[in-house]
Amino acid sequence: MYRYDEFDRRFLEERVAQYRDQVRRRLIGQLTEEEFRPLRLRNGLYLQLHAYMYRIAIPYGTLSPAQLRMLAYIARKYDRGYGHFTTRQNIQFNWIKLEESPDIMADLASVEMHSIQTSGNCIRNTTSDPFAGVADDEIEDPRPYCEIIRQWSTLHPEFSWLPRKFKIAVSASAKDRAAVHVHDIGLYLVRNAAGEVGFQVLVGGGLGRTPIMAKVLRDFLPKQDLLSYLEAALRVYNEYGRRDNIYKARIKILVQALGIDKMRDAVEAEWSKMDHEPLDLTKETIAGIYKHFAPPAYGKPERDDDAVINTAIAADKKFSRWLKHNVANHKQPGYSIATVSLKPPGKPPGDITADQLDLLAELSERHGFGEVRVTHEQNVVFPDVRRGDLVAFYASLASSGLGTANIGLASDIIACPGLDYCSLANARSIPIAERLGEHLAAREEEIGPMKIKISGCINACGHHHVGHIGILGVDKNGEEFYQITVGGSADELSAVGIIVGRAVPSDEVNGAVDKLLDVYLAQRDDGEDLPATFRRIGMEPFKEAVYGTR
Amino acid sequence: MVLVKNGQVASDYWQHIEDTDPLPQAGAVTISWARWLSERDSITRGPSELGVRLPNTIAADDVGADAGRFGLITVTYPNIGDGRAYSQARILRSRAAFKGEIRAIGSVVRDQLQFMQRCGIDAFELPEKALTEDWLAALSEFDLFYQPAEDSRPWIARQRHGRN
Ligand code: SF4
Repeated sequence: MYRYDEFDRRFLEERVAQYRDQVRRRLIGQLTEEEFRPLRLRNGLYLQLHAYMYRIAIPYGTLSPAQLRMLAYIARKYDRGYGHFTTRQNIQFNWIKLEESPDIMADLASVEMHSIQTSGNCIRNTTSDPFAGVADDEIEDPRPYCEIIRQWSTLHPEFSWLPRKFKIAVSASAKDRAAVHVHDIGLYLVRNAAGEVGFQVLVGGGLGRTPIMAKVLRDFLPKQDLLSYLEAALRVYNEYGRRDNIYKARIKILVQALGIDKMRDAVEAEWSKMDHEPLDLTKETIAGIYKHFAPPAYGKPERDDDAVINTAIAADKKFSRWLKHNVANHKQPGYSIATVSLKPPGKPPGDITADQLDLLAELSERHGFGEVRVTHEQNVVFPDVRRGDLVAFYASLASSGLGTANIGLASDIIACPGLDYCSLANARSIPIAERLGEHLAAREEEIGPMKIKISGCINACGHHHVGHIGILGVDKNGEEFYQITVGGSADELSAVGIIVGRAVPSDEVNGAVDKLLDVYLAQRDDGEDLPATFRRIGMEPFKEAVYGTR
Repeated sequence: MVLVKNGQVASDYWQHIEDTDPLPQAGAVTISWARWLSERDSITRGPSELGVRLPNTIAADDVGADAGRFGLITVTYPNIGDGRAYSQARILRSRAAFKGEIRAIGSVVRDQLQFMQRCGIDAFELPEKALTEDWLAALSEFDLFYQPAEDSRPWIARQRHGRN
């Protein structure tokens, strides 16, 4: 993984000192809350319903054992013993004191972490495929480019005060595990006809009030041009993005207004006028970053790996279920990618305790090369588990409540913090997710792959638009109701879900979801996921099941 | 109002003329961009006596070849969140090759000074409290930068490879 050098370290020290002084000026009244707000936001500090919330970046999801332990320490020392992984590879702490926030930032800096640009109208944490570097279907490791973008975008003098937030994701596999289509800029590493690897550039995706899938801005961008091209696109957005209406300020609205062809013309025109040279990624720059992501020293497969696993499968149903759902193929023979579910039935999705963080740190040293990845689906990936170790690994997880075998299933629900924490919420998300997950656990094996996503308001932090089943909290005369959508998906066939009918009160959510699932199970063809069935049979059967015939 | 230029408090010898007022015979003046467009053919002052106030809705490329006519271009920050002038300043420096003063006016915030400076802005109109609260310290809060900009300072990717 990327390790800081003296430049990164000194830079971060300067940032901590700057922030400490900003907090000092706030506390002695030199800054009003209004003046302070944009400054604290650019350091990840939100004022929520009950306390400050602190959002920490986990660049492209990667964490070392030292970083996991520091997060555990922060959870214990400054919070209430737990944190919450978000849908954008960040972690949030919900009970923070303003006065202590500079100390947290300094603690984070000691393990090469920060909270820079985790909120505010600037370029946010760049996200990626949690299987990057180990997936058996990737063209090239996307992480070096994420790191290059992280550095370039950090305190960018021109693009720190954009019309609205700006999110970039990078993926390198045919199977999109990074929801690239719902980002302001999405980058796919692709190979062109000449066999060179470069980027397909997408622009204008996003969820929220106006869910839109990104469109192709450029089919093939040579690697060396990555930053100059991004700079051209951001400049067009900075100059022409709307600033008069916060709901129309994302780049997706600009793309919609201009049309993708005019948008492309504008970016290409800007790009052609720019001096690229200073931003060109030289081979040596790329190689220098790549070194940090070199594959670890993998061992040879052991002869009895399969025997060990097969014995365990025969003896332990729970293990075999976990193996089926939580373990994926690794490009290196003898290794597996294992995903730890943070969605045990009846618990808030994505929450993790300090003790669990410590345990993950220890396990990452024992079963891997000291690295885990957090996913936008709010789980934790162990990228390099020896196949022969899977049994022992699972046993350690199971004994600490982390053995839930539901990755990609109905109870692996994405949910935002909702009304329990968030000042923008219309309704609670967490209890809905808890109850629904618990309810569906019994039949999820039969249902198979299923993505259920819940947001507490139209800002869509829970990505409900792209859930196979999406649930959105709405306010009806002061009461919490839930609007349900079907047919959404965030993968390479991305689609926005369609509203089934009128919103239902919270105690009817489980029943309504059951009915949608009944239709899907009765009507699906072999191997069809819910969006595919939906595309084939349309809304009517789903609507009728939930609301009856009129 | 306090004017800071090249990192030091300076006095403002420019007169900022409203569109409704006549231009004085001599002395350094700034006029609005709209006035420049309508009166450019009749204005004969040299760059040391002519400045223009650029609204942040104008594409900086439109200044283009006219840049050489001005000794001062002001760029505007209506509020902390409106960052259009950063792009304008960079374009003026990099493409219009503007060598005169670029001055930030409007809501100029302490914690943005270094961003502005990196984009090529070399003068700032600040509120009076800037002096007592030591705003000038903000200009040197960072001495490491992750990206090239319009200042001549080195940036990290180059420093790593031992180049400036
Ligand atoms: S979707 Fe709404 S309620 Fe949920 S975290 Fe985002 S802003 Fe808050």
